[in-house]
Amino acid sequence: MERKPLTLAEKTYMPQIVSGLGITFKNMFRKKVTMEYPEVKPPIPEGYRGQPALVKDPDGREKCVSCQLCEFVCPPKAISIIPGSIPEDSEHANVEKAPEEFDIDMLRCIYCGLCEEVCPEEAIFLQDNYSINGLSREELVFNKEKLYDIGGVREDEHFKWKKKKEAEVSGNPHH
Amino acid sequence: MTQSDWIDLLVKAGLGLTVIFSLMTMAGMSVLAERKVCGFIQGRLGPNRTTLPLIGSIPIIGRAITRLGLFQLLADGIKFLFKEETVPGHVKKFYYNLAPIVVILPSLIAVAVLPFGTYTNAEGVTAPLILANVDIGILVILASSSLGVYGTVLAGWAANSKYPFLGGIRASAQMISYELALGLAIVPVFLWANAPGSDVALGLTGIVSFQESHWFVYLMPFTALLFLITLFAETNRAPFDMAESETDLVGGFHTEYGAFKFGMFFIGEYAHIVFGSALFVVLFLGGFNFLPMLADPWPAGILGAVLSTLWFIIKTAALIFLFIWVRWTLPRFRFDQVMHLGWKILLPLAIVNLVVVMIFLAIITPTAS
Amino acid sequence: MSEDKKDQLITINVDGKDYEVPPGMNLIQAVEKYAQKEIPHYCYHEKLSVAGNCRMCLVEMGTPMRDRATGEPILDDNGVQKIGWMPKPAIACNSNTSPGLHIKTDSPLVKDCRNGIMEFLLVNHPLDCPICDQAGECRLQEFATEYGRGYSRFIEDKNVKPKRTRLGPRVTLDDERCILCSRCIRFSQEIAKDDVLGFVDRGSYSTLSCYPGKELANNYSLNTVDICPVGALTDTDFRFKMRVWFLKQAKSICTESSVGVNTVVWAREGKIYRITPRQNDGVNDTWMSDSGRRLYNLVESEMRLLAAKFKKDVVTTEKAIEKAVDILKGAKFGIVGNTQSSVEEMAGIQSLAKSHGAPVMFVGHIQEGDDLLISKDATPNTRGALLTGLTKALPYRQRDVVGRNLKKGEMKTLVVFNEDLIEAGVDKSLLEQVDIIYVGSQQNATSEMAKVVIPSQVVFEKAGSFVNQNFRLQKFEACIPAPQGVKSDAAIITSLRAGLGDEDASSSLAKIWESLSSDVKEFEDLSYSRIPDEGVQLDGSRFDQLNYIETGSLHYEAQPELAETA
Repeated sequence: MERKPLTLAEKTYMPQIVSGLGITFKNMFRKKVTMEYPEVKPPIPEGYRGQPALVKDPDGREKCVSCQLCEFVCPPKAISIIPGSIPEDSEHANVEKAPEEFDIDMLRCIYCGLCEEVCPEEAIFLQDNYSINGLSREELVFNKEKLYDIGGVREDEHFKWKKKKEAEVSGNPHH
Repeated sequence: MTQSDWIDLLVKAGLGLTVIFSLMTMAGMSVLAERKVCGFIQGRLGPNRTTLPLIGSIPIIGRAITRLGLFQLLADGIKFLFKEETVPGHVKKFYYNLAPIVVILPSLIAVAVLPFGTYTNAEGVTAPLILANVDIGILVILASSSLGVYGTVLAGWAANSKYPFLGGIRASAQMISYELALGLAIVPVFLWANAPGSDVALGLTGIVSFQESHWFVYLMPFTALLFLITLFAETNRAPFDMAESETDLVGGFHTEYGAFKFGMFFIGEYAHIVFGSALFVVLFLGGFNFLPMLADPWPAGILGAVLSTLWFIIKTAALIFLFIWVRWTLPRFRFDQVMHLGWKILLPLAIVNLVVVMIFLAIITPTAS
Repeated sequence: MSEDKKDQLITINVDGKDYEVPPGMNLIQAVEKYAQKEIPHYCYHEKLSVAGNCRMCLVEMGTPMRDRATGEPILDDNGVQKIGWMPKPAIACNSNTSPGLHIKTDSPLVKDCRNGIMEFLLVNHPLDCPICDQAGECRLQEFATEYGRGYSRFIEDKNVKPKRTRLGPRVTLDDERCILCSRCIRFSQEIAKDDVLGFVDRGSYSTLSCYPGKELANNYSLNTVDICPVGALTDTDFRFKMRVWFLKQAKSICTESSVGVNTVVWAREGKIYRITPRQNDGVNDTWMSDSGRRLYNLVESEMRLLAAKFKKDVVTTEKAIEKAVDILKGAKFGIVGNTQSSVEEMAGIQSLAKSHGAPVMFVGHIQEGDDLLISKDATPNTRGALLTGLTKALPYRQRDVVGRNLKKGEMKTLVVFNEDLIEAGVDKSLLEQVDIIYVGSQQNATSEMAKVVIPSQVVFEKAGSFVNQNFRLQKFEACIPAPQGVKSDAAIITSLRAGLGDEDASSSLAKIWESLSSDVKEFEDLSYSRIPDEGVQLDGSRFDQLNYIETGSLHYEAQPELAETA
């Protein structure tokens, strides 16, 4: 493409510099876009993927049955589970299985949310907390208790195991 | 020596220290200003968090100081002072340590011949405020400020690694190229000021008093522009900051420096800017004179001295702002463009300008006012 | 099968393509082997009788039409014999190949059948894959993904059955998951010959149960867990321990007896979780004993030797080997070998003994056999010791060789490989007269007495090969990494030999096999990498005159009576 030859003023480059200075000068008085973080927090959208945590159902039952699918799917291998069984005299004995240990290494976690996606029991959820910090590596390996503390109780739509237990008591003439 | 000689000496030393202290403070403030202005231009707030426990909690003032980022100055200084001094194993120790001192020294020397205020005593005798009122002021400045490049070159060479070396080379090449145009841009000022009958010679006080009614900036706008451009180049400021050039040279000549030595480079750079601005004010903006075509309103006595000095500082600050403003507006030149501009454009222009001014002066024949 | 004779092959047609197959072969197997197509099935098992109760293997079947009266083929318009398709699908597991047989394995009707069967099977199947140990290796899961409808039309309550019935000391039953295929019942009857299982109740209430007063306690009970196509029968030991998809499999050989059962060792991150049988139709079919499955406990047993010792002080393995070399230098020494050692280790011992004139002695290990997969010889590699020339006589037929040799008083040092001489009945006072260098994985009374103790790897940590009672050479892989500082026997023997000045010492399997194949007639043309997974049958006729102790087992016939020689 043929370009328009520059005028003398353009060749000196001075008008351009002046207009550039004008633009930056105007910008100085614009509203600042800085978000002053600790005081002002960004809005967390629905479905945000923050810290993962375990949840209990409204009856206080730990929903995780240690199927280890999250451990399997976890890309950075942040989750490690030692499965265990629920003792027969427990209130939730019909669930049979629960994690004995459930550790998430928050330093490894990449907040991809695959664990939440893969969980067949809806037991692990990514919370809206994105600020996870500690003073040592060990401190940031969250154990089961801590994960339940963070996750708390979550509404349940299915009560799959509870329904099963009820069916066991009432529904079947065989036993 | 007699007692009065001693007192004289002490007063001189005290004045000298005060001037150096002011220069350093202004350099520090320029750092802060740089960060603030840069932030504002980019839609940010700049430093606004650093605070001191007690002063910071004074209701309104404390908050204002914190938001202005004034404590940041202190924090930066303390940080530079207390950081671990690491000296890479491969450097040339002596020159490595010498370089930061050489960088900071010239502006401290040159400031001695700079008139920054005026004092009128009870008898109505006016004397400029200046540490050394010599009649070869501009030569002292040219001589000492050219030494500044030695610090840069030395740093680049002593660091004994690639990027600093390239930075040093660039700095020296650039310095030599623009020194010529700079010198040629100063000559017209002295030509004009040394009109027949004047006793200005090469001193700066004469230049300032010459500008009492008219400033050179509008008498010779093109000369002023030439001088300003070469000044940018001489102080290694954007768009001529070839020696640092983070994008291609990591940190340029100071790549291998850290902690307090880096701090000295940093503060030295800003001292250059402050001094350069002050020089421009002296040469083209009438120094401590109030406004063109208006009589100086400075009263006699100390008050007048303080007011004139303040006025000088305000003018200098405006120039410093210009420096910062330009830095955050213009992109950096490529090195070959810098050389091209220096040798092929600025130098011929400066010569032409000098000739034109000479002819012009020969025609109008100004007289000493 | 190598015995297929070309002229005996018949042609069957699977999904429109002809295949040459042997006549009378089971149809599921024939289709899998020759047509490379899987006919899904639950109740059918290659090694068990056909029950035909799961109905999953329904296929459409047809035979060439013939005129009933004359027996003439009925041809269509193109002159090709017509196929008489049966109006209803038939189960493939109970059908054999016959000339001209036509089947369809993925026609719409067959797919519909599978879909229907899956729906029925899943009606009462609990949704507990997340807690089911079978998940990942479950036929029900696999076929549900392939042939299931993907959602449930069943709105009634599912049947609830007991979830943790104890069938025996090692087997737990989850009744809800059972699809009543009866594989476990048939296994107990036909293979284990311990008829304790049966179904009680009818319809959807049917459950698997032990006969009153009996339990599934035989030494082959865990095979029922293996063959269970769903997660109903679970290994009490493995239950809830680890999901199978985390486990890495390695092929190994069971060291329980000279049968040489082929196994798969399942481990994760250096920890073995279970051992299951690996199919080898020449050795163990698809079975193995329960006791053999527990041998992995050796890896982390309390008696495991993990540190080298010199005069009771812990030293590095390298240091201990140095000390052992110092002791062996100059003095006459003897070697107590072990028929637990692999062929490669034996070759090393043989070289060591040969170049230094050391006698090699053995201690026999005899146990109760069961005529199935446990033989009377409790070590896996007695035949290996014979082949490598380490011994001429059978260890268990000799009486106290070690004691008799020690009495002669010539030996000053005894190198013992993983053997407890005190337990074997050697006089303690005799042993005290010599320096003992003990190389082994487990601590015992002999290692306590030893001057130098060098820890060695267990079978799961090293690779090698065994020769079983049939003279079948079988190799095993390393399944897990060895603990730090614990070397393989081959490496230790190599270091000892190198220390003693033998120049050809090498612990590389390839190198060892180079010399083995040239030294031993039976190993000719063999190398470690050339041993196939199912093993190589060697010619053991050179040792026919020996009086082996093994009585018959699954694929082994006891040798004819020989006069007792001892």
